[in-house]
Amino acid sequence: MTQLANADASVVVEHLRSWNAGAVAQVVEYRGETTIVVPRALLRAAAQRCKEDPALNFDLLSDATCVDRFPLEPRFELNYELVSIPRRARVRLRTSVSLQHPVIDSLVPVWPGANWMEREIFDLFGIQFEGHPDLRRILLPEEFEGAPLRRDFPTEGKR
Amino acid sequence: MTTVETAIGTAKTMVLNMGPQHPSTHGVLRVLLELDGENVMKAVPDLGYLHTGIEKSCEDKTYSQAITLTDRMDYLNPLGNNLVYCMAVEKLLGLEVPKRAQYIRVMMVELQRISSHLVWLGTHALDMGAMSVMLYCFREREEILKIFERFAGQRMMTSYIRIGGVALQPPAGWREQVKRFLDMMPARVDEYEALLTENRIWQGRLKGVGYLPPDVLTACSTTGPGLRASGVAYDVRKSFPYSSYEEFDFNVQTRTESDCYARYLVRVAEIRESIKIVRQAVDKITDEGPIKSEAPGIIPPEREKMKTEMEALIYHFKIFTEGFSPAPGEAYVAVESPRGELGCFIASDGSPKPLRVHFRSPSFVNLQALPKMVEGQLIADTVACIGTIDIVLGEVDR
Repeated sequence: MTQLANADASVVVEHLRSWNAGAVAQVVEYRGETTIVVPRALLRAAAQRCKEDPALNFDLLSDATCVDRFPLEPRFELNYELVSIPRRARVRLRTSVSLQHPVIDSLVPVWPGANWMEREIFDLFGIQFEGHPDLRRILLPEEFEGAPLRRDFPTEGKR
Repeated sequence: MTTVETAIGTAKTMVLNMGPQHPSTHGVLRVLLELDGENVMKAVPDLGYLHTGIEKSCEDKTYSQAITLTDRMDYLNPLGNNLVYCMAVEKLLGLEVPKRAQYIRVMMVELQRISSHLVWLGTHALDMGAMSVMLYCFREREEILKIFERFAGQRMMTSYIRIGGVALQPPAGWREQVKRFLDMMPARVDEYEALLTENRIWQGRLKGVGYLPPDVLTACSTTGPGLRASGVAYDVRKSFPYSSYEEFDFNVQTRTESDCYARYLVRVAEIRESIKIVRQAVDKITDEGPIKSEAPGIIPPEREKMKTEMEALIYHFKIFTEGFSPAPGEAYVAVESPRGELGCFIASDGSPKPLRVHFRSPSFVNLQALPKMVEGQLIADTVACIGTIDIVLGEVDR
């Protein structure tokens, strides 16, 4: 099982590299999962490629989430879980943004399903998604101040 | 407060606030509807009334403490939530789970799937005006909850699935109890179908309502029965088998109509498939055998050992005071919950508490398709659409 996943991921890496030599900054393998680290500027184009290349065919964006690596910089790590239903394959795209410039291209033009996932990240981490059609808070009330899932936001008590 | 930013004021449309305390929104969902007569022009869901910050709370608990929080997200599928969380931690640790425990897990989550679909069927029929189905469904669900109570001591928030296995050995006489339920259930499903499937009112309310083509559903990241009713055979149990599902014989149920009626048929068919899986699991689970993996320092030692071995006592103390620390890294695990792909992403920084826990909850993602489903339809159809998406607000808001 593990080998299969890796073999498939190497196909994805090759396709992305042949499309743009700078598209793959790093490949992380851990516990049978493959993470392809993509430069911030190329995220949407790489995602588009993953979806539309018939050999890759990642038609479902299963999940998008953020990890706050505070106090490291760039501290926000965005993870996108891609699924190809016909090929039964999974891969994760990752990119990082910093606190000074927490802006990233939205993936809504590629997968409309990214809409609420990105709104959730915007709501709880305060990351801006450029090109998002409707970037509003989704879980918290609109008058709420701060981004509660950041590591420097306390779990209890006032900020 | 969310407002409908539209061309309101042309005196033709009105804005109706549906929820958050509307009985057919199954909890506290608020939907703003812009109406032209009885036609829905625009629908804007407003969430967050049940947001409790479970993901943030997980960061302040050790890995084993967080299990009890997962029960409370999707309260119709607590065992599935336990399973996905524990599997993600096990993946981080590189822990193997004994086969017997895997089969017990499969049996429990499939029973949970039946009970969740029963609640869905009962409440959805109630929304559509058929009261008696709800009473029958809850009668059978009670039998499943009795099984859970005997296994775990709890009817609903069981926390039965633990890191490395399950909490307790199956109780005496469990096999007969589960088999009795399995023997009774197929005839009961026939009864529900006799009440609904050919019922003219039921068909009138559901057929052709809430249609969305498969490519739109996939693009919206919809999973579960909603996607399968459109003909896309995506089921995590088949596509990415986990917990020994590859050893079980079952079919992925699909339809092609992609309307509310097709979603109903898929769920009823899934109840029958789950009965098949539980029956196989009952045969696979041996009478004797381990229910937890062997991993000192991660799995709490047995009571007996604690009283006779010093190491066991030390491990017990360490596990419950500081916990255990997986190596730095990330893991994402997905399971098929009754509502679709339920995922858990955990990032570890090498400390006893997770750096980040994220749940990909199917209800939250599936609800995105609601505006597309209802726009252009009638208010009454909105109720049918919300019902057949099958949302659990505890999981939407987390």
